[in-house]
Amino acid sequence: MLQLDRSTHEGEPVLGLQGALTIYEAAEARDRLSAALDQAPCLRLNLAGLEELDTAGVQLLVWLKQEARRRGRTLALAAHSPAVLEVFDLLQVAGLFGDPILIAPSAS
Amino acid sequence: MDLDRAKQTYIIEARELLDSMEEALLAVEQEADPQEPVNAMFRAVHTVKGSAGLFGLDAIVRFAHTVESVLDRVRGHKTSLTGELVGLMLECHDHLAQLVADIQQEAPESAEAAQEGDRILARLAPFLAGGLARTEVQAPEALVVPARPALRGRPDAGRDCWHLSIRFSPDVLRNGMDPLSFVRYLATLGEIVHLTPLFGTLPERDSYDPEECRLGLEIELDTQASRSTLEDVFEFVRDGSEIHLVPPNAKVEDYLQLIKALPEEPAYLGEILVAGGCLTARELEQALRRQKAETYADGAVQGRMLGAIVIQDNAVPPPVVAAALDKQKKVQERQAQELRVVKVSAEKLDRLVDLVGELVIAGASAQARAGAAREAGMLEATVTVNKLVEEIRDNALSLRMVQIGDTFNRFRRIVRDVSLELGKTIELQIHGAETELDKSIVEKLSDPLMHIVRNAIDHGIEPLELRRARGKPEAGTLALQAAHDSGSILIEVSDDGGGLDKERILAKALERGLVKPGAALGDQEIINLIFEPGFSTADKVSDLSGRGVGMDVVRRNIDELRGTIEVETEPGLGTTLRLRLPLTLAIIDGFRVSVAGASYVVPLDVVIECLDLAPFLESERNHLVNLRGEVLPFLRLREVFRIPGEPPARERVVVIQHGDQRCGIVVDCLHGEFQTVIKPLGRLFRGARGLGGSTILGTGEVALILDVAQMMQLASGGRPSSRAALAQST
Repeated sequence: MLQLDRSTHEGEPVLGLQGALTIYEAAEARDRLSAALDQAPCLRLNLAGLEELDTAGVQLLVWLKQEARRRGRTLALAAHSPAVLEVFDLLQVAGLFGDPILIAPSAS
Repeated sequence: MDLDRAKQTYIIEARELLDSMEEALLAVEQEADPQEPVNAMFRAVHTVKGSAGLFGLDAIVRFAHTVESVLDRVRGHKTSLTGELVGLMLECHDHLAQLVADIQQEAPESAEAAQEGDRILARLAPFLAGGLARTEVQAPEALVVPARPALRGRPDAGRDCWHLSIRFSPDVLRNGMDPLSFVRYLATLGEIVHLTPLFGTLPERDSYDPEECRLGLEIELDTQASRSTLEDVFEFVRDGSEIHLVPPNAKVEDYLQLIKALPEEPAYLGEILVAGGCLTARELEQALRRQKAETYADGAVQGRMLGAIVIQDNAVPPPVVAAALDKQKKVQERQAQELRVVKVSAEKLDRLVDLVGELVIAGASAQARAGAAREAGMLEATVTVNKLVEEIRDNALSLRMVQIGDTFNRFRRIVRDVSLELGKTIELQIHGAETELDKSIVEKLSDPLMHIVRNAIDHGIEPLELRRARGKPEAGTLALQAAHDSGSILIEVSDDGGGLDKERILAKALERGLVKPGAALGDQEIINLIFEPGFSTADKVSDLSGRGVGMDVVRRNIDELRGTIEVETEPGLGTTLRLRLPLTLAIIDGFRVSVAGASYVVPLDVVIECLDLAPFLESERNHLVNLRGEVLPFLRLREVFRIPGEPPARERVVVIQHGDQRCGIVVDCLHGEFQTVIKPLGRLFRGARGLGGSTILGTGEVALILDVAQMMQLASGGRPSSRAALAQST
């Protein structure tokens, strides 16, 4: 299940992704994220709540990044969750997004 | 099934490649600059190996790898191509050809083949890298490819990493598999030193299918795992995915091949290099930045091309860049090129020619009927159709025409092997390799030619001492020559050996009871005795002769091709065997004549002119006439075939030529040109002299095709063939 929470940060819209972004959510997520991208010139995704991510999810984020460029908008990823970081590390995709990744202090 | 088909393609290609390897090997010894043939060999072996890997043909991969390594050293001038190495390479070629043949017959890899392979590899070992590899492979049990060849490939390859190029099938995700899990698993097999994800450009908006996997991975993996372990990792995604594994310390060529094999989007040079693993993203970035800076610094619109920068900065060995550039270009050219050559199986062509043959007959029949009906429109239509049929016929036949060069080139190998075996030095000269003739004739010609060539080497060219004593050059010369000559093809095999010894031939023939003592035989008749069954002049039976095959078999084969064979020999100077063969076995342009209502066909190519008999006979004496100052023998078809009945008031003469001989044939009536589909004569008529085959006329009647060579013999004073001479003398 993927949940999207809207909020703002310094006047810019922020979309919080909660739950999972996998092959099961991909089709639906494409439509919703695409719509969100159309609504704001600058979209920020908060990944802190993303607990599960697979190749389909990564690919969707890559697509969203490419779409932003094509539509003349900006996409930023922030607050990568541990699950996201693990996948980004494995696939070495962080460079494709170019967002700073903060290494959060470990919870324990 | 598809895999089978792909494998068949592989086998065909491997054969061609191995042929070119052999050709190159034989060329190496003759050319002043062996670099090009060596490169050709290397490419051939490399491709054979590469494709074998795709089919999991490990025996070939393993063997070819070492051969390739040795060739690579030759190419890099680290090992010189000695006569010994050439010989060894020829053995390698034979072994590879055997392995390929085994695959075709689906024979399991035999223990002998493996042993043979190991034996050859062991002998190759000294030619491999010096130092470490030498001691390593010379150890008695270490005969196989060293796990890490001492050849260092990439100068900057610090670690022994496998390079994995993976393009996942679009269905991977839908099938419930996640490429991530493969990466995780690979990480357990070793260390992932470098990984580049490739998504390419994903489609816009709604055309993007989020469930379709577009991921490609380029991975450098430092691992001790074997190839099969790595292959097993991708066992379940292999269908539809493209997976390349490049072993550690692979040479630049492997990367070149990889670049060529990667999916063909018109990829940017830099991306290809990164994807090929020969350049890191950082190096690329630097190169790009420098290119930009240079452009701006001097204000020039064009900076150095990216390829140039990369080479000058020594980041990538030049061939890699060249290959990447080459690919960029080829992606665009590919489609145009693919259409240029089509391979068709010989069977299909034969079937086509058969059908064209039937078409010719049917067309002739239509024309005959139209002529009988005296209907102008109909006649005109059939004439047009027949003209087209004629063109189709020529085109269809030309499809089957092949150059004789390939057949000749095969003899290079035989001459080399046989002369080594006999301790003779023989130079093979080939002329007219581009002469074309029908494929089916070439096939049937191969064996007799082989025998003639072996004979020339074995019996023709003298041993070294004898040549020295006779004051001849030490190296004997054997020449193969082909040329077109009045509608037939002329093939000559000549040597500069001792020539045929007539006295010995005669003595042997007497001993074998082939001729009766006291029979008076001319020189040519004596020489022709070598074509008699059961004749062999070899005093000592070497490995080559004594196979139970004599010149009689050669003659029979040539006869079957409707050809002739003659020998010209000069004692002490050499022998020439001259084969004259028809260009094609299927359809010819004929000239139809008739005697007493029955039709006969003479090949149009040999017809020189047609005359009235009466003035022709004015100078007749002893079956010879004087034709414009030339003595011409002639014969009456009526007499040859003992046709009863009175000749018509006005008979005609057809003058024909065969080789440099001419003769006249007296017939009742001339009918003109006629497309002739040659049908073999029935078994009953095989022995009939003067007939070469039969054909069917438009009316459905049968016409007989005259055998020009035999006609000529009959006409030239009835001088019988040697066989007939024997019949008389024995």
